[in-house]
Order: sequence, then structure tokens, then C-alpha cells
Amino acid sequence: MATTAASATKQPALHIDKPGLLVAGLALVALVFLPFATFRANRIVPGDAVALWNAVPHSLAIVATLVIAVVAALSLVRSHPLPRLAIGAGILAFLFVLIGLSGTHLTPEGDRLARVSPASGFWLLVFAFGLLVTDALSRLAAGPLIRLLLLAGFYLLLGGGLTIGLWDDLSLMKEYANRAASFWNEGRSHLLLAVGSVAAAILTGVPIGIFCHRAPSLRGAVLNVLNTIQTIPSMAMFALLIAPLGWVAANVPGASALGIRGIGAAPAFLALYLYSLLPVVANTIAGLAGVAPDVREAARGTGMTSLQRLMKIEFPLALPTILTGVRIVLVQNIGLVTIAALIGGGGFGVFVFQGLGQMAADLVLLGALPTVLLAFSAAVILDVLIELASPPPSGGSAR
Amino acid sequence: MIEIEGVGKSFNGLTAVDDITMTINAHEFVTIVGMSGSGKTTLLRMINRLVELDRGTIRIDGVDNRNVPGPELRRSMGYVIQQHGLFPHRTVAENIATVPRLLGWDRRRIKARVDELLLLFQLEPEVYGPRYPHELSGGQQQRVGVGRALAAQPNILLMDEPFGALDPIIRNKAREDLLAIQKRLGTTIVMVTHDMEEALALGNRIAVMDAGKLIQYADPAEVLRYPASAFVESLVGKAERPFRLLSFSRVADIMEAGPAEGPAVCSDLSLRDALAEMLWHGASSLPVADGNGDLLGRITLEALTRNGAGPG
Amino acid sequence: MKWLPTLLRALAFWLLAAFLVTPRSFAPLFSGLAQGTAPAIYDRASLLMLAAQHLALVFVATVAAGVLAIALAILVTRRFGTELLPFARSVVNIGQTFPPVAVLALAVPATGFGVVPTFLALFLYAMLPIFENTLTGLTNLPRDVQEAARGVGMTGWQRLFSVELPLCLPLILAGVRVAAVISLSTATIGSTVAAPTLGEVIIAGLQSNNLAFVLQGALVVAVMAILIHDALFALERHLAVRGTS
Repeated sequence: MATTAASATKQPALHIDKPGLLVAGLALVALVFLPFATFRANRIVPGDAVALWNAVPHSLAIVATLVIAVVAALSLVRSHPLPRLAIGAGILAFLFVLIGLSGTHLTPEGDRLARVSPASGFWLLVFAFGLLVTDALSRLAAGPLIRLLLLAGFYLLLGGGLTIGLWDDLSLMKEYANRAASFWNEGRSHLLLAVGSVAAAILTGVPIGIFCHRAPSLRGAVLNVLNTIQTIPSMAMFALLIAPLGWVAANVPGASALGIRGIGAAPAFLALYLYSLLPVVANTIAGLAGVAPDVREAARGTGMTSLQRLMKIEFPLALPTILTGVRIVLVQNIGLVTIAALIGGGGFGVFVFQGLGQMAADLVLLGALPTVLLAFSAAVILDVLIELASPPPSGGSAR
Repeated sequence: MIEIEGVGKSFNGLTAVDDITMTINAHEFVTIVGMSGSGKTTLLRMINRLVELDRGTIRIDGVDNRNVPGPELRRSMGYVIQQHGLFPHRTVAENIATVPRLLGWDRRRIKARVDELLLLFQLEPEVYGPRYPHELSGGQQQRVGVGRALAAQPNILLMDEPFGALDPIIRNKAREDLLAIQKRLGTTIVMVTHDMEEALALGNRIAVMDAGKLIQYADPAEVLRYPASAFVESLVGKAERPFRLLSFSRVADIMEAGPAEGPAVCSDLSLRDALAEMLWHGASSLPVADGNGDLLGRITLEALTRNGAGPG
Repeated sequence: MKWLPTLLRALAFWLLAAFLVTPRSFAPLFSGLAQGTAPAIYDRASLLMLAAQHLALVFVATVAAGVLAIALAILVTRRFGTELLPFARSVVNIGQTFPPVAVLALAVPATGFGVVPTFLALFLYAMLPIFENTLTGLTNLPRDVQEAARGVGMTGWQRLFSVELPLCLPLILAGVRVAAVISLSTATIGSTVAAPTLGEVIIAGLQSNNLAFVLQGALVVAVMAILIHDALFALERHLAVRGTS
């Protein structure tokens, strides 16, 4: 067994990169079988699939096909992750330029009704080369700071593309142009709801966690209740809060002046807050319980009071674990805010559900893409914070 | 019989086992002793091919062990490790039945064998068979581990620090039990240990390893009397040496005719224990009696001193 | 006090069953919330049927995701797939930052409205926790047990099926539980893309401003989720107790 394995590694002919094989296979399928873009004469009619050959001028299509094929072939060959990262990022940028150009190419001169959208082939190519970048990053063992820099670079490119109107002829941007003002409004309420509810959960959840750590008899009951709350499906949770908050608004003086209503942001905020409590409380407890007994003993030995021990020793040591909980809830809440749109809570979900209602896929994208981007960015940023809070020799104590 | 011939193994360019040649005869109990990193565990694991050797050959009863598929080879030998490695999701009886099941024994035969082994290890089959490993004490888990290794009646038993996780009192009992079982079944045992005391107490022969090399391979008395190097001498322990040597002989071996005063010692006693008796009673000689109390002769301090002395 | 949670669950189960079978007999409870002549009990489809469709969707998606996720986790933990292990880990990490709603919404342009996009979203999202947990289990097996499994002469497949997977079972089930709970929630939202699930009741209530619909839909979904969660958790505990060392 071992002898065959040894001889296999000696044959250079078999040096095919397995993740690369997946990337190349997906890219090939996308290139050969799937349409690159969709063209519709107006927003309502069904679209026509357009292959890459017709989606951009033929000369560009030839170049693009060659470039994609070469990159796919390169990813097959085992090589250092750094050039893999570079060509992966490069081809992704190229694809996004390409889809913008296809919008311009396919839209007849002066036609304001025609709609061009990215089609399955484009998305699969993005997915495939996204995998290439992901794989390169994981092999580089790139730290959170590098990822943050890459994210910043991505936003720079995105901003640049938007500024020069690269994608202005795509349906997605036409949907945006029609509701630019409300897009930013909903974006703001999306962030406010997500971040605000997490902030409230941290302000109350951490003390609850500390309390549970000190009073172990309460721990089980508190965690059980919070666990049950998290089990309730989000839509049901939003719905369940409508009636009680409606009652409060109608019967508690001053409540409605504060903006509390049966539907809208209030039940959304409350529901998100309730969901956030479990990870914050549970991770606070786990973080405090994870402080090594000898460290605690040494702190007692130096004559620290119980409060000093908590603030100077236990809490800093538990911080990475607590932040891990915060990362979980922030990412989770950014997604959940989308559903709040169903009960009038606002956020990017408004576009998602409007789009679903009007069968306008690009409007759905206008809501879904920023949500995904926000969640992803939050994860990267929180990872940096966790890294900064962890003790320098990346030990196992972080989790 | 296990014939190890010119065997070597390297990991990432570092030599772990360096050109070792040794033969382990049938029914022998060989202990391999050395410090951690000496290559002793690697050598053991090459016998059942948990590690594949790079150089040399290992023959089991004349057959190159690479001519037998690994799993089949391992089923034909028992293997015991320090943390016992019992399968936590299987009962004690199921754990012991592992190899017989792999070999496709019929159910009745397996049941009979499991009960036999449990009784051999002083575990009541009805009580302990259905329990899970975590419900047993450390000593019981260790015995079940040995029982699992012996289940398919292997001729060879490989043991890697089998008593390492036990506390001292249980460890002594476990050693005695193992010796008794080996005597009864005649199994060839190769045991790895870092503890020279254990190696001397259990092995018919002792292989001392250091930095991947075999330094000395001899019976316990020879290792004590003629350590092959300063390293072996340090392992044996200078202060302990004479007493260890004494523990290999019995009173009957150096008994002489003649009278002596004081309480009689038994002829079966080790010389080490006889010396302790003499020191305790402040006597330079003591009478020797057999198991029935009939006087046989005497033992003198002078004769004891001669037996505990090193060469020259 | 120990029996209190069990009693509450039993009560919740029987109430839920009774409500789904004969919803009309609960009408007086909800009539106060319905405005004017609006019906107090959802009448556009059978609640029992919706619950069954909801559960069937969750069940099929979770089982299918489980089979594929476990197979993939096995693949990347064999010698052949070690190269794919860090890759698989980071794909799962990124996958989990995708909100389930976004997955659902993005599936619509690709597959149209109805059960298909919902199933796709459920399936994709359920794979993540099951894959992650199976991977954690398979890569953190006690070393001595693995060594012993090899030492007694088990082949690779025998080790996988009679030692590694059974030892991971509680952890795999925990992944299935998380996946099932997420799926129940996502399936509810699936009604916004016209999948026949209990979310339909809540949506109808929101659209017609009928709090009775909203409340009964939400209660049925919530109780069902809690009961399924607790049942899977109990099963997990039962299996884990035997293996604790």
C-alpha cells in the first residue's frame, strides 16, 4: 500500500491539483454548456439565453474564452498558492468587466426598456474561480488582516466599477437607478437593525453570562430558555411578536410615541435581540469557564479582589470566545433582517420580497447581493477583532 | 519466532530505527527498553506493519511479513497499547469479540471465547460483559485490552507500554497476571517499556535501545552484571543493581548444609527477600525450610554477598 | 421539577395534534383577533396538509443533504482527499455567511417559483452544519482508539463503518438537528416563493391584516420546531451516554 503511494508521488505526470480539477471542471461546464447572459426586450417578458460568443463582440469573446480556458488549465497544475490567488482574483475581475461589457453590447442603442442580466454560466464561472481564490487563501493560511486588506481591495474595485458606470447597462443597476434613494435608506435600517440588536444583546448578554458563570445553578435553566427561543423559526418569531407589541402600543402610554408598533421595526428589533442572546450568553459562559484554574488561582494569590480578577484576568482571557459569539450573531442577524421586511421592518429584504412579488429576479438580487456582502464583510471584520483579542502565540485557548 | 534482520526506518529523513537485527524465539517474553524517541515503539509497530519498514526484513515463523496483507497480519497477532484503546461505543464483550468477528467465527464460539477470557481476567462474564468501557476501573479496562488482544488465540502478543496508565499497586498485580497467563498459554510476547525495572521483572531477554540502535540484547542477569555501555549502566541504576541481581535467584540455589539460629526462611524466597530478612533480624545466617516447614539447611550472608556482586 | 419539561412537551404535542386535526374547535380562542367577519381559522387550505407538506420538505431536504454531506466529509478525511480538506473547510466557512433567505431568493431566478427553489435552499443550507460536524468528528477521534482499530487488523472500510462513524454519530446527529431547525425556518419563508408550507398561513394573515392567521401559523411552526429540536436532542443524548469515556 505504502509502496504504491510512494511511487505515485514520484511520478510527475500525476501532479494534478484536486481542488483545481473541480475549478477547471466547473469552468468548462459553464463555458461550454451554459448561457453567459440573459436578454429581455423589457422587464416583464421571459428572457433569451445568450452564449458568451454573442454576449460580447466576437473578437472579445475569443479572447475571453482563451483567457478562461488558460486560467482553468493553470489551476489544474499544482503550484504555489500565491500565483493561484493572483490569477484567481484577476480572472474574477475580468469576468465582472466582461458582464458589464455584455450589457452594453446587448442593449440596442437608445433602447431604455431592454434588460440584460448575468446568466447561470456567468454565476458558475464566478463560483468556480471564487473556489480557486478560497483554496489559495486557505493554503496560504492567510491571517484575518490579509483577508481584511483583500476585502478592502475588493470594495475599492467595486467602487471604481460603479463610479465609471461599468455595469450601468445591466438590469440590476437599472433597478438600482429607479430606487437609489430608498436603497440607501433600506441599507441604513438594515445595518441599524442588525448592529443595534447585537449591541443590545452584548450589553445585556455579557452580564447575564457573567452572572450565570458565578451562579452555576441558574446556568442550565437560562441556556435552556435561550435555546428554545433560538429554535423558533424566524418568520414565526416575527409574527408572534406582532400581537403583544401591538397591545403595548395601544395600552402603554407613550409607547407608540417611542415608535413601538405591532408591525415595523419594533418587533423586528426585539426578535433579533432575542435570537442574539443565546450565542452571546453561551460564549460568555464558555469563555469564562475556559480560563485555566491555575491562572485564576494565581490571580487570587496576588490578592486581587473578585471584581479585579473578573475585569483584569478572566474577562480579557474570555474575550476571544465572546467575540466568536458576536461574530455568529452579527452574521446571523444581517441575514435575518431580510425577513423583517415581511412585517414592515425595512432593510434590504424589502427589495427581495418586492422582487419575488413582481417576479423580477434583478430586484431580488438588488436586495440579496448587498445582504450577502454585508454578512461576509462582518465575518471578515469580526475575525480581525477576534485575532486582535487573542493572545499572541495563537494557542488553543481562543476557542 | 520473529526474525528481525537489518531493519531500518526513517521519518522525513530522520532515522528512527537503525539497522536492527534480533531474533525472538517462540514462547519468549522479550522486553524492549529505551527512552522516548529511542525507536522502540517504531520497531514494535513494524512487526505488525502499523509502520512499514524502509530497510531489512521481518519474518514471522519464517514468512516475510510483507507477504501477508496488513490487516490479516495484524489479526494474527495481539496488540495492546498504553491507553488500552477500547472502543467506547462497544460493550466489553463486543470489544473482546472484535478479532474473532473479523475472522468470521460463529456466534457460539465467540461467546464461549469471550466468557473464557473474562474469567481468565477475573471479570464475571454476566456482570462485566454487557458493560461499556467507561464503566470499568483503569485496571479492568487494561485487562479487557489484553483480553481483546488474546481473543483469537494469537501466537504473538505485541504490547506498547501496556501498564503505563495504571497506578503502582495495580501495575504490580497486572504484571503478575500477565506472567501467569504467558506461562499458561505459551504466547510469545514482545513488550515495549521505558521502565528498566519493568523490563527486568518481566523479560526473559531484554533489548536495550538508544537513538534507534540496539545497544544490548541479553537476559536480565547479564544486563545487570555486564551492561554493554555506560548508557545501559545508567538505565540499570548503580544503587539498585545488586538488589535486582539478587531478585533473580532463589534461596534454594545457594542453600548450604548446616545449622543456623533464628526464624526459618522459605527455600522459594528470592535472595533479595532473604537478605531483607537477615538484615531485619540482624543475623549473618538463617535456617531454610521447605513449604511444609521441614528444615533443609541454612543460608549465609557471605553466600548472599557473593551473588549480589558484579563481575571482577 | 424534573418532569415539568417533559409534561410541557407532551402537552404541547397533543395540543398541536388536536389543533391540526380539528382546527375549527379552537376557533373561539382566535376569534377575538380576527377583525369583523374575517375567519378565525385559516380556511384556504387544510392546516394538517400544510404541516405535512412542510415537514416532508424539511425531511427530504435534510436527509438528502445529510447523505451527501456525510459522504463528502468521509471523502475529504480519507488519504485520497486530504488535499481537499482545508479547501472544504473554507468553503463551508464562507457558505455559512450566506443567509438562508439570500440562498432562497437567489435560487428563484435560477429555478423559478415553488417547491424547487425552496428545496434547493434547504438542501444547500442543511449540508453545511452536517458536513462541518461530521468533519469535526472524523478529525478528532481519540488516537488510541484509532490505533487500536488498526492494531486489531481492521481494514480502512471496517474502521470507517464500525469505529469512526459510530463514534461520530452523536456529533453528526447534532449537525442534523441544527440543519433540521434551520430547514424548518427556511421552509416557512419558502411560502413567499409559493412553496406550500405553514408560512402561507402567516403571510396570508399579514396580507389580510388578520392577526388570528398570523398567530396560529406562528404557533404551529414554533411548537413544531421546538418539539423536533428536543426530540433530536434527546436522541443525541441517548446515543452519547453510551460512548462517554
